[in-house]
Amino acid sequence: MAKRIWGVLAPPLAAVVLALAISSVVLLISGSNPLTAFANVWEFGTRLETLIEALNRATPLYISGIAVAIGFRMNLFNIGVEGQYVLAAFLAAAVGAQISLPPVLHVTVIILTAMAVGAFWGGLAGYMKVKRNVHEVISTIMLNVIAVAGIVSFLLARWDVPDPSLDTKLKAIPESGWVPGLNGFVELFTRDIKRVELWGFILVAIAVGIGYHYLINKTRLGFDLRATGANPLAAEASGVPAKRTIVIAMALSGAVAGLVGLSELLGASHAYNLRFTQGLGFAGIAVALLGRNHAVGVALAAFLFGWLDRASGVLEVRGDAPREIVTIMQGVIILAAVIAYAVFERRRKIEEARDAAAQTELEVRAS
Amino acid sequence: MSGLAVELSGITKRFPGVVANDNVNLAVETGEIHAVCGENGAGKSTLMKILYGMQPADEGTMVVNGREVHFQSPKDAINAGIGMVHQHFMLADNLTVLENVILGAEPVVSGGRIDFEEARRHIEEVGSAYGLALDPDDLAETLEVGERQRVEIIKVLFRGAKILILDEPTAVLVPQEVEELFRNLRGLKDEGHTILFIDHKLDEVLEIADTITVLRRGRTVATVKPEDVTAHDLAELMVGAELPVPETRESTVTDRVVIEVKDLAASDAEGTPMLKGVTLEVHEGEILGVAGVEGNGQGELVEAILGIRKLDRGSIFLKGENITSWSVRRRREAGFGYIPEDRHRRGLLLPAPVWENNMLGWQSMPPFVKRGFWIDKQAAREHAQKVIEQFDVRTPSVDVPVHALSGGNQQKLIVGREMSAPLTTLIAAHPTRGIDVGAQAAVWEELRRARSNGLAVLLISADLEELIGLSDRLVVMLRGEIVAELDPSAITARDLGAHMTGAVERAS
Repeated sequence: MAKRIWGVLAPPLAAVVLALAISSVVLLISGSNPLTAFANVWEFGTRLETLIEALNRATPLYISGIAVAIGFRMNLFNIGVEGQYVLAAFLAAAVGAQISLPPVLHVTVIILTAMAVGAFWGGLAGYMKVKRNVHEVISTIMLNVIAVAGIVSFLLARWDVPDPSLDTKLKAIPESGWVPGLNGFVELFTRDIKRVELWGFILVAIAVGIGYHYLINKTRLGFDLRATGANPLAAEASGVPAKRTIVIAMALSGAVAGLVGLSELLGASHAYNLRFTQGLGFAGIAVALLGRNHAVGVALAAFLFGWLDRASGVLEVRGDAPREIVTIMQGVIILAAVIAYAVFERRRKIEEARDAAAQTELEVRAS
Repeated sequence: MSGLAVELSGITKRFPGVVANDNVNLAVETGEIHAVCGENGAGKSTLMKILYGMQPADEGTMVVNGREVHFQSPKDAINAGIGMVHQHFMLADNLTVLENVILGAEPVVSGGRIDFEEARRHIEEVGSAYGLALDPDDLAETLEVGERQRVEIIKVLFRGAKILILDEPTAVLVPQEVEELFRNLRGLKDEGHTILFIDHKLDEVLEIADTITVLRRGRTVATVKPEDVTAHDLAELMVGAELPVPETRESTVTDRVVIEVKDLAASDAEGTPMLKGVTLEVHEGEILGVAGVEGNGQGELVEAILGIRKLDRGSIFLKGENITSWSVRRRREAGFGYIPEDRHRRGLLLPAPVWENNMLGWQSMPPFVKRGFWIDKQAAREHAQKVIEQFDVRTPSVDVPVHALSGGNQQKLIVGREMSAPLTTLIAAHPTRGIDVGAQAAVWEELRRARSNGLAVLLISADLEELIGLSDRLVVMLRGEIVAELDPSAITARDLGAHMTGAVERAS
């Protein structure tokens, strides 16, 4: 058991250590003292407010990572989370602003709209793969451009509402469609929180994680999905309807992707505007890779990335280094993790084969 | 003759659960064509991989041209003058013949530039010397199979090989191409090359070889001269001292048809027709054996019946009901069991644990699923536990990933999971391929039990002993058609072999 836990934790830890080492070199080259820089980041990063911000950042990263992981489990590479979530957030914001419903119902409608849009946009890539044999990497990259640079840009310019701040944005969602913050709950355990608000959407993210775990590991559909991922030919012979499963997996992945933008939309901005955070879909790929498509692993990876992102702001403020150093670290972590996983995986396979052989050999001799 | 080109003594190679080579000895004289033959799984390929440095032997010594060698990789073997032509060609389709030949061994002039002129000269020289005519500027993708094989041969000659290993070179060729290949091989022999020729087609071996070494179940059983033996002698050597004597046992065949296939036709991915109107029926309690040289449509027949290959025409009936349009899952739920010919390709999820593999194919049915949606892990693990006990699958537990099990145990797991499902039909393709003798006997016993339990069993095999010994009825497939129906109690392996190669067809 201890061996197993070590086998799970060792690769990402090794990756983080390697990333620290390489970042130190970069810091040294750029003329700052890595120790002071790391100490500053740690001091700033352990403040309550920074941690809250890190969680706010990690929430959409996590959902995005899970969306990517659903595809990965059956060897589908959904690069389209980006387009799926931007389009979903945009249309959900538009729908949410037009309707007026009681609080909980209003939020539910917005969430379902976003999921439906994401599912449609992701399912489209699945449908093209099944019907026309278009690889999902190609189709989702194109669908990203169509969604972000095409539909959203076009409609945002059309639906723009006049605003005193001269910001280009949609009409705001009325308050019944907001997700309240969780500061009151956190403050039960901590001191008062200043300036920042923990977005309530984190609860949805947790639900998504639990749902993902159960779906993949405990259901027939999840087994069909994993079987196809592990060996498509054997899955086919076992009766998995390959085409249907591909469309379902892409639609599911898209539905989850549809939720990515909502934490910010419903928790803070309340309207889709030009400054709406983009790039979370691509970051989700890295998070899913680092977290090995595991519900808890992806959560840890999302928090690590969110935390690095927020805690690193101090580097620039204190004049230690440009914050781009964090981008380097994230990149190194991913690269190192992929290599470390491969190395540990190979060793684990050899050991398992040896163990099984040794054990059965004993039985042969005994019999 | 100038002594021995290759001398292998006491070569032993073990894989988990299987001894692929057990104290094998092989002596090949310089300048001869030496055939190594044996059934599938007899250890021919393993032996050649060892000689070519692809796998180390556990025990034994190798002497090449009088010097003891220890190859770490094919590179060492190439340096010692050994070249291998694989059964599956390894050509880059978008390169020319010339580029393919020099790929990885490019003649280089100063500055890292490739000396194409020198390469071209050399290839033309090699080609004309051995009658291996080829245009160096043809794209590889435009070549016929026989020409591709010639490119492969020139490739190894270009690398300076004097000893050539050919792994079942005729398996992919049509008869005219085989004649052409044999002419080329004789030409190479006349130039002083030594050729190791792996095959299991007896007439071919007798025609081309100077010396024949027979392997059986990992051991060398004989080295003979072709003029001293008949094909029948060779067949006996390959399958064992006594050719299979069909067991006298009471027939369980009934007149109730379970599977009926009518005028089935299907093509491969390139659109070449592989199945040209096959009609057959399997009764309750019957084992129908399908004999044939590999690649004559048996694989396509299996896939068509299971529903994973699209049909060009024809229909399939289960107990009178037309199931042609049924999905694979629906057929599985109607009791179609399947033992695939390649367990790693079609039968297992290698990284997944034993218990999950034990439900593969049956994951939509109880006891593995409850309320139609949830996987019942506890029931699935208990079921797996029963299967590994009942079918003697040697594994530390049901949680071990299946890639850690030996081939024989993996096969027993597949047989076990299929046999413990509520079957009406069992499709068994090469069920004993590549597993050890013990596991083989166990699988045979299960097939017999399936039959006596009233299942309709379709058995596809390249092992003639297996086919004759187990089948109630035999059909022979050749070029996508059924060319003969035979009574296994009245036929010898030799006659069956003649039907398989089409010799009977030609003679009549």
